[in-house]
Amino acid sequence: MSSRMGGLMLALVFLFLIGPFLIIIAAGMSAGETLAFPPQGLSLRWFWAVFEVESFRASFVLSIVLAVGATLLALVLGVPVAYALARYPLPGGEAMRTLLTSPVIVPAIIVGLALLRYVVIPLDLGIVPALFVAHTALLVPYAVRVVSASLANLRSDIEEAAVLLGANRVQAFFLTVLPNIRNGILAAFILGFVTSFNQVPVSLFLTGPGVSTLPIQMLWYMEFTYDPSIAALSALLALMSMAIVLLAERFLGLSRYV
Amino acid sequence: MSDAAFLDLAGMTLGYDGKAAVESLDLAIKEGELVALLGPSGCGKTTTMRAIAGLLQPMGGRITLGGRDITSLPANRRNIGLVFQSYALFPHLSVFENVAFGLRRQRTPKDELERRVAGAVAMVGLTGFERRLPKELSGGQQQRVALARAVVVRPRLLLLDEPLSNLDARLRLEMRTELRRLQRELGITMVYVTHDQEEALALADRIVVMRDGKIEQMGPPEAIYETPATDFVARFVGFENVFEVRDGQLRAGNGAALPLQAPVDGDTAWLAWRPHAVELGQGPYEGRVRGTSYLGQSVEYLIESALGPIKAEAPAALPRHEAGRTVAFGLPPAAAAAITR
Repeated sequence: MSSRMGGLMLALVFLFLIGPFLIIIAAGMSAGETLAFPPQGLSLRWFWAVFEVESFRASFVLSIVLAVGATLLALVLGVPVAYALARYPLPGGEAMRTLLTSPVIVPAIIVGLALLRYVVIPLDLGIVPALFVAHTALLVPYAVRVVSASLANLRSDIEEAAVLLGANRVQAFFLTVLPNIRNGILAAFILGFVTSFNQVPVSLFLTGPGVSTLPIQMLWYMEFTYDPSIAALSALLALMSMAIVLLAERFLGLSRYV
Repeated sequence: MSDAAFLDLAGMTLGYDGKAAVESLDLAIKEGELVALLGPSGCGKTTTMRAIAGLLQPMGGRITLGGRDITSLPANRRNIGLVFQSYALFPHLSVFENVAFGLRRQRTPKDELERRVAGAVAMVGLTGFERRLPKELSGGQQQRVALARAVVVRPRLLLLDEPLSNLDARLRLEMRTELRRLQRELGITMVYVTHDQEEALALADRIVVMRDGKIEQMGPPEAIYETPATDFVARFVGFENVFEVRDGQLRAGNGAALPLQAPVDGDTAWLAWRPHAVELGQGPYEGRVRGTSYLGQSVEYLIESALGPIKAEAPAALPRHEAGRTVAFGLPPAAAAAITR
């Protein structure tokens, strides 16, 4: 009895999690002219239509460039921070760790507003540099946290062993530390990429006329055009994210780091 | 072996965050010598070793190696090998690449590199294991890789930090013999850090007993074992019964005292008995048997006396003293190690 109840609960949870996604796919496969569920007839034409929209193509490219660039920059900043926090018991190290995770805790919409008001406007940054700065700032905490997790499993005396065998500190880091946290860095990259690519609240404040990330472009598109292409695009993006995360889990064991 | 000091530590003061863990230490080691730094944890032996390796900058003093002052020479240019307690193998590299690491830093030509790695791997009996990763090896095998990795670069000095402490008892004995053989074969000067007196006695040419950052006694194993210089060393090398001598009495730490069984020299400060040196079943003192343990060849007794607990040992063939019974015992000064003032 109780196990049947448990099974039912589990099914409901899955339905709750996956249901909206299934509805979106179904809505995107509609043959009709407006976004609706259940779909009016079946067709894949809206999936093809997505690729015809110029603003989607441009914002997709920006989103990809932004996600890759900001994630790489966040890693360049985050890996040394994670390394320093792991290896040197700095005074205030714990406070710094907390501070670095705060963008994860503070509502993103507040982060977006604050960045706009106190960074982008005073510095008079263009839209693309502003997006880079904002996304990098958002992703540094992920980079620090994920890389810290893999550094925690690595003994520090291997660096000393390398030094005594003739390596300098920099060589010791690149020859013994980096290869052993490679999976953590890849995991941080994937997590950062997905986070940046799906980012809405912060980007909302920073995008402007003619330059926009894909999720923001989709929001604008829906304001004016209410056809199933938006559902088709959402389904494609969700599948892309899922494929990335599944591959990462399969090859890197992503869930060990997050 | 020349008589001049090969490694010379002069007035070394070492510590972390401005607090000294080792104060003004002087130690001279000859070329080809195997010296054990022996002491309980926190005595400064590992700190001293790290300073020799260059992993810790001394707060004061000077280190000379082969006549050259290396006090401020960076660790990666000292050519001193270190075998870590944890082995510290590079987890992503094969046995071959672990051993080759130091040679690659020296840009050793390929054929010479391969020959020397093969030689080092063969020396520790791991031929055929070159392509394995450290995690695919047993603890003893990892130990051997760490050793091969440290000696393949022909270091001027080899430091070993409790290298056998993570091995089981049987393997520990085997590796001990092997280390001794290697040291003789390579003629390499070694500093061996351990808290295990048995290991130090079996391996070292000379033992340096350390306590609270200072040298308590140094000398050949026989001298340390038979004639400890202080009550601390006596307790550390297995003299279980150590008492202060004052006014013709034996005094325990708890203030209790018993008259001496026989007169001793006036400058005797402490007397120390190993368990087997305690006379059991006869003698001027009395105590109650609190517990016995059978050790095979002998039986160990714990006796509660006016001086506190006494550890005695008697051949197993003799009649046993049952727990709870009162037994006479003696502490003959002639059988004790005398520590003078």
